[in-house]
Amino acid sequence: MISELVAWLTDPAHWSGPEGIPQRLLEHLGYSLLALAIAALIGIPLGMYIGHTGRGTFLVAGLANALRALPTLGLLILVTLPLISRLPGNLGFLVPSIAVLVVLAVPPILTSTYAGVQGVDLAAKDAAYGMGMTGQEVLTKVEAPCALPLVFSGLRSAMLQIVATATIAAYVGLGGFGRYVLDGLAVRDYSQMLAGAVLVAALAVVVEVVLAGAQRLTVPRGLAVGARESRSR
Amino acid sequence: MSFTRAILAALTVGVLALAGCGSGNDPLREDTEQQNTSESGDSIIVGSANFPEAVLLGEIYAAALEAHDVDVQRKLNIGAREAYIKALEDGSIDLVPEYTGVLLQYFDKEATAAKPDEVYAALQEAVPDEFMVLEKSSAEDKDAVVVTRETAEKYDLKTIADLAPHAKDLVLGGPPEWKTRPTGVPGLKEVYGAEFKSFIPLDVAGPVTVAALKGGRVDAANLFTTQSAIEQNDFVVLEDPKLLFTAQNVVPLISKDKASETVVDTLNGISAKLDTPTLRDLVARVEVDKEDPATVAKDWLTENGLA
Repeated sequence: MISELVAWLTDPAHWSGPEGIPQRLLEHLGYSLLALAIAALIGIPLGMYIGHTGRGTFLVAGLANALRALPTLGLLILVTLPLISRLPGNLGFLVPSIAVLVVLAVPPILTSTYAGVQGVDLAAKDAAYGMGMTGQEVLTKVEAPCALPLVFSGLRSAMLQIVATATIAAYVGLGGFGRYVLDGLAVRDYSQMLAGAVLVAALAVVVEVVLAGAQRLTVPRGLAVGARESRSR
Repeated sequence: MSFTRAILAALTVGVLALAGCGSGNDPLREDTEQQNTSESGDSIIVGSANFPEAVLLGEIYAAALEAHDVDVQRKLNIGAREAYIKALEDGSIDLVPEYTGVLLQYFDKEATAAKPDEVYAALQEAVPDEFMVLEKSSAEDKDAVVVTRETAEKYDLKTIADLAPHAKDLVLGGPPEWKTRPTGVPGLKEVYGAEFKSFIPLDVAGPVTVAALKGGRVDAANLFTTQSAIEQNDFVVLEDPKLLFTAQNVVPLISKDKASETVVDTLNGISAKLDTPTLRDLVARVEVDKEDPATVAKDWLTENGLA
């Protein structure tokens, strides 16, 4: 099995053309990044607002957790069937696929953002207000930077789920690494299936490493998780 | 590695031995029972596979036989072919509705016949001695290329051959395996010279395929000939004059010792009357209108003077 997998992965025919690994990688990354960007645009501002004001915590936490329980493939088909005839061209497949990935990714981003903002040291917030900062300034200059490590951890876990789940886009005729898994399954070509699964896992690891690097670069040094731990010790 | 193999080998031998015991003992015991009952008049146990059309066909057989004073027992909705052929072998069922192409493939993995009569002839050779297939019906549940009514009218399409000259402007949808399967994209090109603009892999004749065809995302799609979605959406099934798709005529598979004259005549009478559009209508009543298969079966039999 392993040698067949290696043979499949090293076959030059699988590295070029519209069904080659580079093309599938671009598709898979494309769906994943688009979904992550949309989910971040929804999750981070909403999480900041809730964390800052404390309003709607109960409602949003409940809703976010309920969203996590939705079966993604079922949701995909449910969303695809009505949209397929209403949207032109590939959008009928693309919009539902991205939408379900967004639904999957918003909860971890949203919950970790509001938890991050809410968890900011009360003393720091008091000090900021004491210096005469407005609510908005406290949010952008104190709470948001302090919440960054947790926001990043939300983004990372969201991206991990997106990359793994973007395979289902293949179910409605789109590309990505899921093609190898589904097409392999359809013709009992298990080395192709396994190659698809391995590629998804490898991509997830690479993306995780890249995001961890981004976190290192953007989070202020004093707030980095390691720094905080060593300080509190 | 060699250790796991040894365990696997031991397990396989064990299972085979057990299976051997089972199939060696049961038929003998069942045989004597069967002879006892068949002497006192015709009796038969009708089985079927576990999908609506198979259950409906089972009901049709059962109700028609009852109308001819055969003592009928129903064991419908059993499972996959592997399961109900076993049941047929051990005598827990005697009769099951089948399809010629897939049944031939089951008994003879190397079979290549595709035309209805060739498949039927090969099938008669291939069935084990203790079984027989009766007359095949013209009703078929097989792969088909389907288009919308508008597409059919726009290009004046009746057969897949009519489609070939326009294929370069059309998008084809089907299950992922169609991309490489001889009876899929490669076969359409080879047999009909139909090269489509592109192929979109969808589900196996499921809701996504139906929605994609209906919504115009694909211009032609793979569905099955008796699928109710065809009727519901006014799709057009393109004929397959060059027989790319293997024939799948509905055919009764029966234990030889149960095939009395009454039973054979009754079942052949059904096969003679049943055709693909009729079967599609009946399946739609079960699948779409959620009618009881038994009622649908009785209605049809009465209308056609078979019960």
